[in-house]
Amino acid sequence: MALQSGIVAGPVPPFRLHNRVLPTLFAAGVAAVLTTGFVSVAPNRLLSGRPIGLFAAADRRLGAAICVIAAVLLLTSFAPPARALQRAAALLAGLLCLLVLAASGEAAAAIAAGAPTLARVSLGAGFWILLGTTALALIDALQRAGAGAAERCAVIAALGVAIAAMAHAGLFDALSLAREYRTRHDLFAAALLRHVVLVAAAVGPAVLIGFPLGVAAVRRPRVQEPLFAVLNLLQTIPSIALFGLLIVPLSALANRVPAVAALGIGGIGPAPAIIALILYALLPIVRNSVAGLAGVDPAVSDAARGMGMTGQQLFWHVELPLALPLLFAGLRIVTVQAVGLAVVAALIGAGGLGSFVFEGLGQYAADLVLLGALPAILLALAADFLLQMLAALAARRLI
Amino acid sequence: MIEIDRVSKAYDGKPVVDELSLTVPEGAFCVLLGPSGCGKSTTLRMINRLVTFDSGMIRVGGEDVRRVPPEALRRRIGYAIQSIGLFPHWPVEDNIATVPRLLNWPRGRVRDRVSELLELLRLDPATYRSKYPHQLSGGEQQRVGVARALAADPELLLMDEPFAAVDPVTRAALQGEIVRIQQATKKTIVFVTHDIEEALILATDIAILERGRLAQWGTPLDLLEHPASAFVAEFVGGEASGLKLLSLRTVADRLHPSEVAEGEPLPSDASLRDALAAMAARHTDRLPVVDRAGRPLGAIALADLVR
Repeated sequence: MALQSGIVAGPVPPFRLHNRVLPTLFAAGVAAVLTTGFVSVAPNRLLSGRPIGLFAAADRRLGAAICVIAAVLLLTSFAPPARALQRAAALLAGLLCLLVLAASGEAAAAIAAGAPTLARVSLGAGFWILLGTTALALIDALQRAGAGAAERCAVIAALGVAIAAMAHAGLFDALSLAREYRTRHDLFAAALLRHVVLVAAAVGPAVLIGFPLGVAAVRRPRVQEPLFAVLNLLQTIPSIALFGLLIVPLSALANRVPAVAALGIGGIGPAPAIIALILYALLPIVRNSVAGLAGVDPAVSDAARGMGMTGQQLFWHVELPLALPLLFAGLRIVTVQAVGLAVVAALIGAGGLGSFVFEGLGQYAADLVLLGALPAILLALAADFLLQMLAALAARRLI
Repeated sequence: MIEIDRVSKAYDGKPVVDELSLTVPEGAFCVLLGPSGCGKSTTLRMINRLVTFDSGMIRVGGEDVRRVPPEALRRRIGYAIQSIGLFPHWPVEDNIATVPRLLNWPRGRVRDRVSELLELLRLDPATYRSKYPHQLSGGEQQRVGVARALAADPELLLMDEPFAAVDPVTRAALQGEIVRIQQATKKTIVFVTHDIEEALILATDIAILERGRLAQWGTPLDLLEHPASAFVAEFVGGEASGLKLLSLRTVADRLHPSEVAEGEPLPSDASLRDALAAMAARHTDRLPVVDRAGRPLGAIALADLVR
């Protein structure tokens, strides 16, 4: 469907709308700027704040730059699609992302300069919506430009470097989130590391247990039904309940066998968390192993055996490489899932980023919750991206 | 080359192959022919032990197949199937090199062998060796499948309806290739098909199977001229078998030497079917016959075709 729309009155030939995503995002961004607060200011970290709009809060030049770049970006959706144009759009969207971030830091610094020391400047709904719409515009432009894995990696790396440089220069220091970070800065690195360790300690064993289970299920189809019944049942238990359920048997075990307790295993702490995460990870791993191995064309296996491959050769040279893309997909699902579930594990004393979340919830300090939640989200996104790249690499060797 | 001696195989108590005995001589192109479910594929797969048989004995080159480890046996026997089963994650070169690599051939020898086979199957090595199976047409894939079966120069080749899934034009070309390769290399081939036309084109010997038993064993001419049972007569085509018979005999068999006739001459190695077609097309009942060099040999009449 061709939407004809003249954007300028007069004899200028009408442009055609080629991209509906950008105008939609633009409208959402405009609505957010006009109706919601870009930042909010509170007298101290525990009270809820008063919203302040983008133009009232940020430097005029930054606000103007955001408007101009957003308008130019909107215009690109009326030009005939071309690779170079989409690349330019991606560049603009990336720049817009950084400008929105810079505006938040600059606004916080300006407001904090004229306020009592206890006052806090937090990120408002307008900021999050603007950041979200610009990120979506960037993803959309990259997709339309047909950017490959290498280009996407480069874009993400460039954004990462720019944001790190801005943070290093102290641009965000006045934001409440950064102040929460500064007071817990020694705990933060340890919590992040603990989170990664929890995920790795769960996903590694889950693969080591789940993949052989999947192989066994493919070899003996009668095992499949009871196996999947158990794994499905595990998946339906709410995570908090499963963490709780593990406390009793594990503390009993630690009480009876001193050697187990000496290893640091008990009813609370990392041990029950890791066990629960492994149990949740098993279903996707086993299911994708079964799907990957069962999806190998029987004619290929027949030909391999008919030419004299042994069972081992068939498995390692044919079945496993052909199942690899689905195995990676399973790994991706469980890694992202484990990053999220590990946040909840802080409830039973497993540590990790969840400890900030629950501490923040207890104090009703939203920015402390964010200090735990934001890195967890970024961690999940990073793991997802990395494994997606690996899966694409594995698939390229196969197709 | 292959001795199948009173071999039986049953699935869930139902006999699929029943006391089958068959001897395939060295250098034969033996076609196992029959309707689906007659046990022809099972028989083929028992030769390389992809299917174990319940009783009886199979010898390949005088050796009891059960005395050899199955992998070693299969590496000595070429194997090609209808669905081809090329390894999708390997390029053509690695696919063809499968068995030579299992046999630990030196690298250089493998590479030379792959080039040789691609040329034998009329695929340009420079173009094709690094392509992946999904980049090939169905006919090209089957050529690679045949090259892969021939890779380690096996004395025996087992083929299970290898050309059933390709279009008629490609099938005719592949049939021509396999006859040419068999005549050039003198390999023994056991070939399964349900297509009587294909069997008549390819076979030196045909075994017709009926419900796991051997209904008849003979040359294509034997089957058409002297069907051993109503089943065989029906399977080779009933009334239509007359036309097939005409396509197996040549003009040289029926010509009248020293007679003369008017018109464009027929070569003496043309089939009687070609002669009938030529007479019908030219509205005549007599045509002259010449040898390959164009020297007149005699004439053939319409009545001679049905004599």
